[in-house]
Amino acid sequence: MADQFDLECRDVVKNFGQFTAVDQVSLTIPQGSFFSILGPSGCGKTTLLRMLAGFLEPSGGDILIKGKSVLGVAPNRRPVNMVFQHLALFPMMNVADNVAYGLRRRGVDRATIKSRVSETLARVGLPDAGPKQINQLSGGQKQRIAIARCLVLEPAVLLLDEPLGALDLKLREHMKVELKQLQHEIGTTFVYITHDQSEALVMSDQVAVMNAGRFEQVGTPQELYYRPQTPFVAGFVGESNRWQGRIETIADGRATIRLQSGGVIYAAADQFGMSGQTVGQEVDVFVRPEAISLERQGQGTTNEPGLNHMQGRVENLLFNGAASSVQLKELATGHDMNVALPQTGAFADIRPGDILDLGWKADQTKCFPAVATKAASQTDEAIA
Amino acid sequence: MSTPNPTGSVAGNGLKLGVLLMATPLLLWLVLLVLLPHIDLLMVSLRERISYGKYEFSFVNYIEFFTEPLYWNTYVRTATMSILATALTLLIGFPVAYYIAKVMRGRAKNVLFLLCLIPFWVSELVRTFGWMILLRESGVVSHFLQWAGLVDGPVEMLYNDVTIMVGLVYTSMLFMVVPLVSVLDSLDDSLIEAGYDLGGNAFTVTRDIVIPHAMPGIASGCIVVFMLTLGNYLTPTLLGGKSSLWFTDQIYTQFITRFNWETGSAFGFLLLVLSSFIVWLGLKLSRQTLSDTVG
Amino acid sequence: MSKNTGSLRTTMLAVSALAGVALLAGTAQAEELRLLTWGGYAPDDVIEMFEKETGIDVEVTLSNNEDMISKLRATGGSGFDLAQPSQDRIAGAQKEYGIYKPMDMSKVDTAKFIPSMLAATKTNTTVDGDVYGLPHIWGTSGLVVNTKEAPDVKDYTDLCNADVAGKVSYRLKRPTLIGFAFAMGMDPFAAYGDEAKYQEILDKVEQKLIECKPNVKTYWEGGDALLNLVRSGEVVAAMAWDTGGWKLNSDNPDITFVAPKSGALGWVDTFALPRKSKNEDAAYKWINFVMQPEIAAKITASAGNFTASKGADAFVEGQLKTQFQNSFPQEALDNIKWYPPVPAGLETLEGKVLDRVKAAQ
Ligand SMILES: Nc1ncnc2c1ncn2[C@@H]1O[C@H](COP(=O)(O)OP(=O)(O)OP(=O)(O)O)[C@@H](O)[C@H]1O
Ligand SMILES: [Mg+2]
Repeated sequence: MADQFDLECRDVVKNFGQFTAVDQVSLTIPQGSFFSILGPSGCGKTTLLRMLAGFLEPSGGDILIKGKSVLGVAPNRRPVNMVFQHLALFPMMNVADNVAYGLRRRGVDRATIKSRVSETLARVGLPDAGPKQINQLSGGQKQRIAIARCLVLEPAVLLLDEPLGALDLKLREHMKVELKQLQHEIGTTFVYITHDQSEALVMSDQVAVMNAGRFEQVGTPQELYYRPQTPFVAGFVGESNRWQGRIETIADGRATIRLQSGGVIYAAADQFGMSGQTVGQEVDVFVRPEAISLERQGQGTTNEPGLNHMQGRVENLLFNGAASSVQLKELATGHDMNVALPQTGAFADIRPGDILDLGWKADQTKCFPAVATKAASQTDEAIA
Repeated sequence: MSTPNPTGSVAGNGLKLGVLLMATPLLLWLVLLVLLPHIDLLMVSLRERISYGKYEFSFVNYIEFFTEPLYWNTYVRTATMSILATALTLLIGFPVAYYIAKVMRGRAKNVLFLLCLIPFWVSELVRTFGWMILLRESGVVSHFLQWAGLVDGPVEMLYNDVTIMVGLVYTSMLFMVVPLVSVLDSLDDSLIEAGYDLGGNAFTVTRDIVIPHAMPGIASGCIVVFMLTLGNYLTPTLLGGKSSLWFTDQIYTQFITRFNWETGSAFGFLLLVLSSFIVWLGLKLSRQTLSDTVG
Repeated sequence: MSKNTGSLRTTMLAVSALAGVALLAGTAQAEELRLLTWGGYAPDDVIEMFEKETGIDVEVTLSNNEDMISKLRATGGSGFDLAQPSQDRIAGAQKEYGIYKPMDMSKVDTAKFIPSMLAATKTNTTVDGDVYGLPHIWGTSGLVVNTKEAPDVKDYTDLCNADVAGKVSYRLKRPTLIGFAFAMGMDPFAAYGDEAKYQEILDKVEQKLIECKPNVKTYWEGGDALLNLVRSGEVVAAMAWDTGGWKLNSDNPDITFVAPKSGALGWVDTFALPRKSKNEDAAYKWINFVMQPEIAAKITASAGNFTASKGADAFVEGQLKTQFQNSFPQEALDNIKWYPPVPAGLETLEGKVLDRVKAAQ
């Protein structure tokens, strides 16, 4: 039963003195999947990964690889390999020697090493790079060599610690796709750390969102995006407009939320049953920018029941091709909002100062019981 | 690009002049303090005393060196002992440097580094006398061993080659540790971790990753230590006692006790040749260049 | 860390810069006498009295025979105004390197010198009719013996006896060669003029010293190091200067200076003028000043040796006199072998012998 998972953590804890860097983390990663751990800087991602690799011993809990506990097993004896944040290619060796390093350590014979190295180099698309020195490689090539160096060992799990962090944006976008493809081809389990949500969402089969040492939610990218289960996830994954308010009434499958800044937002009532929110409950309210539809002033359908309706004055146009958006100030409450522009170019002519009608369906509103101020400020930080 | 840029060429000349001005003290130093004395040394070594105040050109001093086994033996012995002392210093200094650079963190690191400096707050003479006080027959160590019941009578630990070696290694340690610490400090920790991660153990990671990275530091440390040891006078003569036989002692004796500047100069020159040759050989073997090492 | 090494480099630079400044600052400008001499020959109280009387600053550089010659040779006889080499080392060095200038006897108060000693020194230091040295302090080398531990050590060769194995010390210098030669029944001084004969003597001595080597704890270099060895009991018999023995005798009556059966070796340290002396007048003033009996007695107290000053004995404290008389009964006094001037070339022969002894295993 256990060995359908390549990697399993049970209540793993890591303390540094008083400070708990990783707190009761449990995860199971099925064989051959691309698993990402997404979280803000300092949330404990690297610490967790280093425990998986064996550079740190957990203070509590258990780590299993292929169903066997690896507690107390040294890094060089674990069937996992790591791609380091700055790649850590050996500058004193050429590319082929870098790739061959692990095989040599295993005492594989020369001929096999040679064929395996060239095979692996071909697989990462650099069949001729063998005799090159490390400093003769481009950033993306280094990236691939760092991965090849691990892959040649055919590890059960490949651990990657923000390996794209050092690359420029364009290359990063490119490598994202390439990495995903590579993983797909070879079928090795990847555990990928990042603080960049788009990396996590694009590449992963499963994403764990981590915050302050804990896993907030584990799920597919779609689940995280469309059905966040904590306000942190809602705030951290994807963009959101946020309000704070209190549930005033629940009727007709619809909840009415009175915002602190005045105004009212409707939300589908069915989500409350599950999270146990009731009338009078303080809530955090999230609405995705692309869930909001735009109309020119006065053209919106204002009286459709359950449809949220607001008006905003255009402050800024953020043109970014297909991902363009507009920043507005809501007229009634003065709340800042961010709304995606339709890709049709229908609103290409709006100018700052224009008034627009905004609307979204009640079931696009996500509500969570209000979190304590500390956690709230942390999520704000994360969004910023 | 095609038309010459006047401001550029002026700037170029100014730059050259600046470089020249800056290089002047260095050139003066090289010529006055390095080149001239050595030329003089060579000239003196190539003459023979005929009678009171009369000299003639001759190779007799060098012939003497090659025909007298004592000088030869001392020469070879000094070289061997210096190489051995350098190797020992490296062997001891490397783990120390590794510990300082890679294991220690924060304040403790600086404190430990300073500890390595402490022996150099006193002069070499005082340091050597310190060793003598410790190791002599009526010295601290001997007393301690007797007190601890490990030996029956006083033990003499001075005046043998082992003691010379201890003294030389101690004296040289700093000059090995400093370049090693700085070069190890520049080694990214993740390279070491990557080594382990890919299946290396302490030995292979050290051999394949740490040492190749540290090679320039090792080479420069070894050169400095070797030169210092080869040219050391006090430590071998004081700690070595009746059989110390160090080549610098020979040179000193020729110059000062025998008034034989001619032979002394020849010996000095031969020592220079020896040290240059061994350093060259060392660099060749370790596949370093002098510029790697100095830079 | 790189910051650390950086500051280290800065410190090293600063230190060497300071050293440079200190060197430059060393060249002070006042009337001064630069004296190249042995430890104890210019005690502070005497310098102070001299400075008070004449207004001349005395700058003392401590040295030994070989070092004096080397220093003066290196500078062609400049850098010092007065030197104090042993009388046997003047004529040869003068002929070879011309580092001294003749004494102007008219400027010296010769009446203050013990006449026999003055006459002997003049003879030994005359080159081409000019006198180059005046006697100042004399003494002997012989044996310093712990009479309780090593009662049988009476002559140089006794240092090779089995009962003192590992507990003796001597210098690897020419006095040792000479002393052993005498103790072996030969007369090296008589062979000074005959290189072949001298070589023969040296060969025998070499043999003996090589045989004796296992007996030796260490060849001592500095006088203080030797005194420490004897005081601590690590060495029970050594070839050394008389004054060292007497110094130890004051602390431990068992240890004393023993005039060897074959004769102690007598030396006389002199005054000699370096060829490029800048302040000859001050040098003569110093000579005449320190040869006054009261002053000479002070120097005896500090150096431990007697001077060539006439009548100074009267001012010397009793203990030293007693020690002297104990070490030198009349026949031992008569038996002192005074060093004749060393002819050039001998030192080369001796040097090779010493080298071979040192190299022997
Ligand atoms: N050796 C250590 N001793 C004490 N605290 C540590 C240690 N290593 C990490 N921490 C702390 O643990 C927390 C998590 O660190 P970690 O390196 O895992 O963060 P991260 O999620 O990888 O962040 P980033 O995205 O910036 O790399 C941080 O607050 C950090 O200060
Ligand atoms: Mg990290």
